[in-house]
Amino acid sequence: MRDTEIKRLLTANVICIFSVVVTTTVPSLFLKNFSILDTHLTWLCICSASVGVINIILHMIFKPYLSTRRYSLAHKVARFIRCCVYYFISCILFHGIIVLYGAPLIESVLETFLFAVLLSTFTTLPCLCLLGPNIQIWLRVFSKNGAMSIWDNNLQITTICSVVGAWLGAFPIPLDWDRPWQVWPISCSLGATFGYVAGLLIASLWIYWNRKQLTYKSR
Amino acid sequence: MDQITLKWPRSSPRWMKCSGDHGMTGTGDHGGDSEEELDAALFVYSKAPLFQDLPPEEPETVPQVNLVPTLALLLGVPVPYSNIGEVMADLFGSEGDAASSLHAQLAAYNINARQVNRFLHSYAEAAQDLPAEKLQHLQRLFRTIAEEHERLSAQAASPVLPQMEALRNRFQQYLREARAVCAESWARFHPGCMVAGCALLTSSCLLCYVASKVASRMDFSCRHFFLYPLLWGGVGVALLGLAHFCRGARADFIVLSAWGAAASQLGFFWHCWTTRPPTSHAAALCPPFEGLSLKLRLWAGPGAELPLGILLLRCSAMLSDSFVVAEGRVLPFLLVSLVLLEALRLQWKGRLDGSLLCWQLLATVGAVVVCARLSGLFQKCREETPACQSSPILGPLSSVQDPRAKNLYYGLCLVVLASVAWGTRRWLRHYGNLNSPCALVLFVRWGFPLLALGIAGYWAITSGAEEALIKLHAWVQLALEVFPRGIFSLVMAGLLLVFWKPVTVFVEGSQAPPIVSPSSEALIPQLYRRMQESLKSRLEETEDGSRAAVAAYGLGSVYSAALLISLTLLGFLLMTLHAERLSLAFLLLFVEAFALLWMHTCARALSSSAHTDPFVVPWEALVAWALAAGQFFYATGHQPVFPAIHWNAAFVGFQQGHATNLLPALLVGANTFASQILLAAGCPLLLLWPFVCETSTARGRRPKTRVQDREEHMMEMRLREAPERFSAALLQLGLKYLLILGLQLLASVLAAMILRRHLMVWKVFAPKFLFEAVGFVVSCLFLLLGLGLVMRVDCAVSKWFKQVILAQSR
Repeated sequence: MRDTEIKRLLTANVICIFSVVVTTTVPSLFLKNFSILDTHLTWLCICSASVGVINIILHMIFKPYLSTRRYSLAHKVARFIRCCVYYFISCILFHGIIVLYGAPLIESVLETFLFAVLLSTFTTLPCLCLLGPNIQIWLRVFSKNGAMSIWDNNLQITTICSVVGAWLGAFPIPLDWDRPWQVWPISCSLGATFGYVAGLLIASLWIYWNRKQLTYKSR
Repeated sequence: MDQITLKWPRSSPRWMKCSGDHGMTGTGDHGGDSEEELDAALFVYSKAPLFQDLPPEEPETVPQVNLVPTLALLLGVPVPYSNIGEVMADLFGSEGDAASSLHAQLAAYNINARQVNRFLHSYAEAAQDLPAEKLQHLQRLFRTIAEEHERLSAQAASPVLPQMEALRNRFQQYLREARAVCAESWARFHPGCMVAGCALLTSSCLLCYVASKVASRMDFSCRHFFLYPLLWGGVGVALLGLAHFCRGARADFIVLSAWGAAASQLGFFWHCWTTRPPTSHAAALCPPFEGLSLKLRLWAGPGAELPLGILLLRCSAMLSDSFVVAEGRVLPFLLVSLVLLEALRLQWKGRLDGSLLCWQLLATVGAVVVCARLSGLFQKCREETPACQSSPILGPLSSVQDPRAKNLYYGLCLVVLASVAWGTRRWLRHYGNLNSPCALVLFVRWGFPLLALGIAGYWAITSGAEEALIKLHAWVQLALEVFPRGIFSLVMAGLLLVFWKPVTVFVEGSQAPPIVSPSSEALIPQLYRRMQESLKSRLEETEDGSRAAVAAYGLGSVYSAALLISLTLLGFLLMTLHAERLSLAFLLLFVEAFALLWMHTCARALSSSAHTDPFVVPWEALVAWALAAGQFFYATGHQPVFPAIHWNAAFVGFQQGHATNLLPALLVGANTFASQILLAAGCPLLLLWPFVCETSTARGRRPKTRVQDREEHMMEMRLREAPERFSAALLQLGLKYLLILGLQLLASVLAAMILRRHLMVWKVFAPKFLFEAVGFVVSCLFLLLGLGLVMRVDCAVSKWFKQVILAQSR
């Protein structure tokens, strides 16, 4: 049982990494003049969309927390709408936090917002898929002894790594190297993406190595 | 290059010059001192032939300073006064024969040599660092060359080519020797002294750390840790002085004091080593988690590593010129990161449980973050960032043309003044420090509004339109002197009053025990248990039934009240020295400091467990405090470069100028280091605030943990219950803050030392080092003053207790 669970998680992580790699390479085959640096906003949209879609599909396929209860359609729709609202709120919140960190307030609003969308896709969307629109559970998972399954651990590590990557991505901005990737928000979004991929890798390895010790209470 | 020259029109320029200010390595790096980085290409195009015969195989290398006189003379402008370069002879050849081109070259050399001679002469009069005999030699050389040139130009009709070439060579020789003499004297570094200074600074930081560890031990002895090391230092100085005296050399003051400092530090470390307790030594060496495995430690969540990591980032940012230039944005970034990390850490530990206290914490975090972002509105730009636009708020209000905008800004400034004065009063009233009829309270009641009014009046005059006031010129001049001087003297009087009688406690004696109710809004009566006990012991003979008791209003916040009053006074003083609209930045500073204090209090109450010592201020609070001090240096319109100093501050209240240098230096210094002054002096509040806010935080947590008994509300009097721990805590706080400041200073020193050959050393690193060093001294001074004020209050409170007890026993 446990081994199959771990295998499913590793597969999901590999597919996520693969989807990020694909978004950076494949669009240049279809779109003219596509490159991550020059048409960064397009890439941001494509990356957020594909990672989001892949996450949702994976969640539907693997169903980490299989609930035995059957919900009515209305309940499902309400849940979906709440998820959308939460996602939108998280975009706005990330936008606000980024501006408070020192991003320009008025100029390049679109860039900042798309960066916030990317960050939300890397962090909030997996939370919504896995834990549902319930803040209490989120707060529980993101505390010291809150992880109750390998999926929770995976979520913790990838989320933290994405945010830390975005934070580290801000460091090269003041340098006087005059490189195209130092323009706002390219370094930060690249940092977040690298952080996300690194988080997926680290989580996979960590869970694989600690598979003996990871004994969870049943939910 | 070829493409560019092809694009030239027919009437191409007579000459063109293309050069780089520095070279670069194969990877594009620059700023170091390797050969490739120091050498730059120089391309010269000229219609006139540059070389008489075939160009040389290996082009000669020209010192970069030679560009200045060459370009100046080619453009037909005077050679700059302080030039020590030499004209490039090849560029001065004319199209005619060799003789006429030699003539032109000699004329250029002549001008150049005269200018260098004049510069050397006037420089030698002002400074003594050029060796006298070399100067005399140069002077003689110049005189003979000048005479020979005059002689040759007099017989211009029959020029003798060999003579002229010899003269040109001698001109070259003179100019090169002059440059060599100057370079030898100017580009002098003493690597030995630099390394020794860095080592001394590092060991001082280490001393602060060790002493802050030692201070919390109970067996701290002044004799071992203070007196003996001082004696060691004295002995060291005496030995070195004696050695110098025996050799008959003059002792250098700096070397002597460094020697003394090193000796006393050695003494300190020696005494620390010998007096270390045998068992706790091992425990002190290994951190508390040493027994656990690395994984468990990681799992337990980071403790002091996070703030120290942020501090390390801040220090390493000083080693890069781009980060020093952008430091005004780096510091708020780090501060916001630190504050958010603190909140996340509490969440990770599961302490954010949705109680009132946790919402308070989140609100204060939000306040700090918003203040940090808003402080970016008040930043000045450096000239290294041409794209950046300095904030228009930094200018004086009189430069605003639109009268409505001016009135709006003036109104905002008035709001700031009123809110600072009102906020302090409101705080004092809340904690019951405004009831006593003593002089200080009177000063707060009447002096604060008066100060605010005075500053408002002063700003009204400085911001007024020139035309409207031209008729009242004499009166305006008078007011411009009287208002600031009045403010200065009022502030000084207030500060003296705080130091003279800092106790703002109102006593109400009564025979029946008063009811201590923490819920009363304005007045929180404080029962002092120890006093009661001593009263009891004294009044042993009196009947048991009626206990003598006293209600003292404002005793629980007596330390903070004195500090807060003096901080507000300092704030008013510094606001007067700044441009009117920067008072908004000062309001931000006060709000942010207040939010930081509250955050620290809430975080401490939330994370409180059995083994947290209330007398230890955690690192994150201190690092955040130091980061805020750095941040508001930039947010009050300053930059660590000399052109950005607000020189106007020297003439606030002294329109006619000064007779001495001391007063304007003090005024400009206070203006420049305003944030360091305020935050360093307010540093003891970090220790006091959790005690002051004990009631409110306890109330916030009441649903969880019931307050056992009502006599728990002792606030700052808890500090007096353990006087030796209180003084140890003050010492520890001061040492920790000093350590943080010292690490920042060390980083800037290291930057200036390691990068002394860097391209930007004189524009970025050296000024940064100077500002950081002066800021460090100012911070130390005001940190000592703040701690001294707390100790003064402590003495005054002890005296006050004696009086009360005496009055009661009668």
